[in-house]
Amino acid sequence: MIQLQNLVKDYGTLRAVDHVNFEIREGEILGFLGPNGAGKSTTLRVITCFLAPSEGNIYIKDLNIREHSQQIRRMIGYLPENNPLYIEMTVFDYLKFVANVRQVKNFKERLQAVIDQCGLHGVVHKPIQTLSKGFRQRVGLAQAIIHDPEILILDEPTSGLDPNQIMEIRELIKELGREKTLIISSHILQEVQAVCDRIVIINKGRIVADGSTEELKSSFSSKTRLILNLIAPEEEIPALAGELKDISLLSTTRRAGEELEVVVEYAAGEDKRSEIYNYIKRSEWTLLEMHREKISLEDVFRNLTIEEGGEA
Amino acid sequence: MNYTGLIAQKEYRGYFSSPSAYIILVVFLLISGWFFSSPLFLNNQAELRSLFGIIPIIYIFFVPAITMGLIAKERNTGTIELLTTFPLQDKQIILGKFWAGVGLIATGLLFTLIHLITIMILGRNIDYGAIFCGYLGLLLLGAVYSAIGLFASSLTDNQIVAFIISFFIIFFLFIIEYTLFLLPAAIVGIFQYLSIGYHFSNLARGVIDTRNLVYFISLIILFLHLSILALQSRKWK
Repeated sequence: MIQLQNLVKDYGTLRAVDHVNFEIREGEILGFLGPNGAGKSTTLRVITCFLAPSEGNIYIKDLNIREHSQQIRRMIGYLPENNPLYIEMTVFDYLKFVANVRQVKNFKERLQAVIDQCGLHGVVHKPIQTLSKGFRQRVGLAQAIIHDPEILILDEPTSGLDPNQIMEIRELIKELGREKTLIISSHILQEVQAVCDRIVIINKGRIVADGSTEELKSSFSSKTRLILNLIAPEEEIPALAGELKDISLLSTTRRAGEELEVVVEYAAGEDKRSEIYNYIKRSEWTLLEMHREKISLEDVFRNLTIEEGGEA
Repeated sequence: MNYTGLIAQKEYRGYFSSPSAYIILVVFLLISGWFFSSPLFLNNQAELRSLFGIIPIIYIFFVPAITMGLIAKERNTGTIELLTTFPLQDKQIILGKFWAGVGLIATGLLFTLIHLITIMILGRNIDYGAIFCGYLGLLLLGAVYSAIGLFASSLTDNQIVAFIISFFIIFFLFIIEYTLFLLPAAIVGIFQYLSIGYHFSNLARGVIDTRNLVYFISLIILFLHLSILALQSRKWK
């Protein structure tokens, strides 16, 4: 549905977006992830026709942003970074203005629908400047969906909110994602993990990863780590790796009392847990705990975005 | 309603949603009223000349004050990103804001009609033609200054900077008239044509001359066009 082709955006001599290519399918919720200053907002600003691309093009259905900017703007609902609003207006006046500009025919119904969806009951006739940050965010979202757009682009929709508000906004986003194509940018991993079907990670203007959470995790690591907490004679531990095939022993540390923590590693495709358990049983050791190390998206993210020089 | 009208309406209402418009209008009316009424009985003339003399000077501060926020504020708060991603053309945004500025100036002028009522009560043989021309001139002058102020506002995200830029452009156009005697005779004609007072004074005397109208309208078009370019520049830098 949305296709970015060799997108380049330069600010003077600084290349903010560097030959970015990806495609967003209809109905997909795409998480656009990257450290601050990676080019997320710039990319979104080009898609929403706020900025013009330096090179390349973006196709939405059969339209492209160079020639059909007006039609494309009509299809998009956009919540810019930091949620700018006309704070001196009341919520009603603001939504009415946006609806007029967006040529919403059935304003009354749409207004009722967005009030219900965004939970704006009770604040409709208040000036926006008197609202809390959470409510302002809802007003921003209401503005973005008042014309029932096919595509919704949210630039850091939960930044600056408290944990409860973040949960509410996330629920709202999930609900919106059922019927719309959604792009959410964020530098918060849990958020993207919680709502998105697919994740694109961008760093220094280039795409460094693209796939579902699971795909990203598995592509990141080819090995599984297993952590064992045992009571066993320390000198016998190396034999475990020696006797079982394809297992390497990484470390043995003594914990409180007799407890030992042993870390072993094997290829990600295989499952060696039962073999290891049986070995422990045969050796008459006591197994206190056994778990696989979870590779989190944080690890993937850190690994992809921290490079030589350690800048992140 | 068309887009230009929507923007104009939003901006015009926006003026009155904060105290600034009220303060500006009150100050405008106080100063113009004082300068109109204090020489009225001295001159003993049923005319608005003194009003047409002072308003262009008040405009030098008044118009930059009402136009400084038109775009600079949107840039500052980031709402420019919303406005320019709505299905609007930059031309419609600029024109809408221009009409809002002109609208507020017209509102101020509307209140000065009370002085006309005063002289209608006090005097006889009032030259309505001259008064009409004078108001037309004031409106056109306000429109030119609005276009300049809008252009200044579109250059920056700082309202104070916008005020200063428009103040200087307007002041320059205003002051040329008084510097003509310093210039070599060969170029006096050109500078006289550039000076805004030269064109306004004809209208204030009750003469509608196409040359003057062309001057005002070309300045308006020029500065509106420059504003559109300044707004579009976000796309290319």
